[in-house]
Amino acid sequence: MRIGVMVCHCGNNIAATVDCEAVALAAREFPDVVFSTDHMYACSDPGQGTIEKTIRELKLDGVVVASCSPRMHEVTFRRAVERAGLNRYMFEMANIREHVAWISLDRKRNTEKAIDLVRMAVEKLRYDRPLTAKSFEVQKRVLIIGAGVAGIQAALDCAEGGLDVILVERRQSIGGVMSKLDKTFPTVDCSVCVLGPKMVDVGQHPRITLHALSEVEELSGYVGNFEVKIRKKSPFVDWTKCTGCGACLEKCPSRKVRDSHNEGICTTTAITIPFPQAIPKRAAIDPTVCLRFTKGKCGVCQKICPADAIDYDMADEVITEKVGAVIAATGLDLFDHKKCGEYGGGRYPDVITSLQYERMLSASGPTAGHIKRPSNGEEPKTVVFIACVGSRDRSVDRPYCSNFCCMYTAKQAILTRDHIPDSRAYVFYMDIRATGKGYEEFVRRAQEEYDVQYIRGRVAQVYPDGNQLVVRGADTLLGSQVEIKADLVVLAVGAESAHGAPELAEKLRISYDAYGFFLESHPKLRPVETNTVGVFLAGACQAPKDIPASVAQASAAAGKVLALLSKDKLESDPQIAQVQTIRCIGCGKCERTCPFGAIRMRELRDGSKRAEVVETVCQGCGICSVTCPVRAIQLAHFTDSQLLAEVNALCRTWTETTES
Amino acid sequence: MPDMDRDYRIIGFLCNWCSYGGADAAGVARFSQPTELRIIRVPCSGRVDPMFVAKALLSGADGVLVSGCHPRDCHYTEGNLYARRRLELLRRFLPIIGVDEGRFEYVWVSASEGSRWRDMVTKFTEKIHALGPMPRMAEAARTLCTLEGMLGVSSAQPDMWHADAAGKPPAQRPGQNALLSMDDYKEVMDGE
Repeated sequence: MRIGVMVCHCGNNIAATVDCEAVALAAREFPDVVFSTDHMYACSDPGQGTIEKTIRELKLDGVVVASCSPRMHEVTFRRAVERAGLNRYMFEMANIREHVAWISLDRKRNTEKAIDLVRMAVEKLRYDRPLTAKSFEVQKRVLIIGAGVAGIQAALDCAEGGLDVILVERRQSIGGVMSKLDKTFPTVDCSVCVLGPKMVDVGQHPRITLHALSEVEELSGYVGNFEVKIRKKSPFVDWTKCTGCGACLEKCPSRKVRDSHNEGICTTTAITIPFPQAIPKRAAIDPTVCLRFTKGKCGVCQKICPADAIDYDMADEVITEKVGAVIAATGLDLFDHKKCGEYGGGRYPDVITSLQYERMLSASGPTAGHIKRPSNGEEPKTVVFIACVGSRDRSVDRPYCSNFCCMYTAKQAILTRDHIPDSRAYVFYMDIRATGKGYEEFVRRAQEEYDVQYIRGRVAQVYPDGNQLVVRGADTLLGSQVEIKADLVVLAVGAESAHGAPELAEKLRISYDAYGFFLESHPKLRPVETNTVGVFLAGACQAPKDIPASVAQASAAAGKVLALLSKDKLESDPQIAQVQTIRCIGCGKCERTCPFGAIRMRELRDGSKRAEVVETVCQGCGICSVTCPVRAIQLAHFTDSQLLAEVNALCRTWTETTES
Repeated sequence: MPDMDRDYRIIGFLCNWCSYGGADAAGVARFSQPTELRIIRVPCSGRVDPMFVAKALLSGADGVLVSGCHPRDCHYTEGNLYARRRLELLRRFLPIIGVDEGRFEYVWVSASEGSRWRDMVTKFTEKIHALGPMPRMAEAARTLCTLEGMLGVSSAQPDMWHADAAGKPPAQRPGQNALLSMDDYKEVMDGE
């Protein structure tokens, strides 16, 4: 075999702490290595050109590149190798950047380690065999989980691009957080006026199938051929008959139900339509509060319904859909303000969250757009906003910035002054983060045109005084204490990952961070992809995002899905299990172990059985290789020989060094 | 005698999807770590044959660390659960062949947990330093060869343990003078 080695300097990234020339020189001594060199940037055009040229001129059968992580550039180099006429799997990478150069400044030890890693890669490459991809048919349909503004945008883009869309929303109506907002920054546009038409489009689009009040129960399969089980929770109303007339809402006797669309600042009925613009505009019964379910009495809605749509015996339904790709757009939930006890959220009625305030400002909200103190219904004259509640606060394990609170606080302060011209608005802030287009100007307007008082400092305590609240905090710019008598305190609560996000991530086989936000494939270059091919991210499920960023990412994810499913066939990864029939004893252990059902038993003419791998179903995990008692099943590109060759490469050198 | 100046030989088997990404994340964040660990990338911790670990320890490694996705978060749904069962058994089995079980550890690190990876590597490397160099184990190495023989692969050379390269049908099971029958071993590993 003729192997070529290229050691990359990566500018100074590797070369600063690894002697790349020494590594390249050492590699010349390794078995089958006929050429070894170092290069400033192996991934650059000239770098790849050198690889191609040497393969052709020196008739190489395999290439090792020692550079960054294979998770970064393996695909890049495989393409280069392929262009030069080699099979793209005759290539190995040694990760001497992330795993060597960047974790230690000890040049001598780093160089030794880099040499070891190149040696391992060479030894592994000696056992590489050319592999060819198989192609398989794809489902030209996409599953979108979550129908907030990101899910809606992604659904419309995919549908417009000619894909069938399965849109799953766990709440009764689509719209997400944006449907609860009154206005949006920095234009002070009416939120639901912008979103409403898009929601209607989703409801009417012939290519979009909407499953509201539904959750993804299980996802199996792989890119191009996922199979998803969706649990459609029973609304106890036949939505094919319900016209959304609202007669049942008027007559329902349970009127003390927490209204979650209005963030609990008012009550609703046990059978509801959450808001006037809801899509689908259908009623649903909450069985945890409905008298019919809790006490076995009532039945008024059934009697009153003109469409005869109420069905108390309706059961959940689990449906199965086949899709080619998945977009997760599950959005965010808000930090529980009761965790910051010093602000008195939950204890004092006049301390409310920003989203509750938003509902109060909304013309379609419970107060019809009038700001009222929850304690006595009076108009507040002094409103204090406290920023960063559950953001940038390590004491409540929320060290991250929630991205949009600075801006919505400025907006709410402006709206306060608009609604009540003789009011005063104060904002306690840590820093103002107004980095979007027109954002900084907007905050300036709040301060200068609307005379909102910005106080830089944290609030220590909120306590009642008569029928008012005293907000005590520090002004760090003046270096003094501040006390403000407020009628209403609005807590700018930060964003959290959506309730149940980690469980969903596990179903989708994607990663999530310590706070439950989904992990993108690469923070800079693959921001909408995940490490599971065919699963994409949109909106705040990846990190707190405002509306424009969510919409942009949704369109990006839709673009990725459209590109992926524009092909009629996809290539399967050939790094899959292979059965050596002559060794197989037909015990069937691999068949039982395989998580994908990719192995089946084939009967031979003599009646004995042998394992067989279904090539397009196998995902290449290699669990079967370890299970097989006679090592008859091997994972191509990660065979026992190859992994042991790596182990041996290390052990042999180590033993030799000790003995000499 | 623990010697903090000398370098130890440590091998890490990391799954591609979580732990390898976690190790990358640690690098990207420039978390300073001990340099002794050499990482072998595998698709899934379920790909790690306990025999790889035993082989590495008996052939000259001072310690072996296996890291995969957190249970329930496996890229292949349940590969790490198989890994956990196999590796836990291996951990208990090591003292039987005379290897200090502290020389082997399996952990879970996700792709976002760069700092956790740094902590794991640092802790494990320190532990190996405390244990000192792995004694050369001629007896154990011979046992390993016997075990390898039972797998039907060439046992002539200790470092030529290449199942698929041999291409021969399985050899007769010796059975008599073995410490643990390989079939039993496999049963326990993969049984429910």
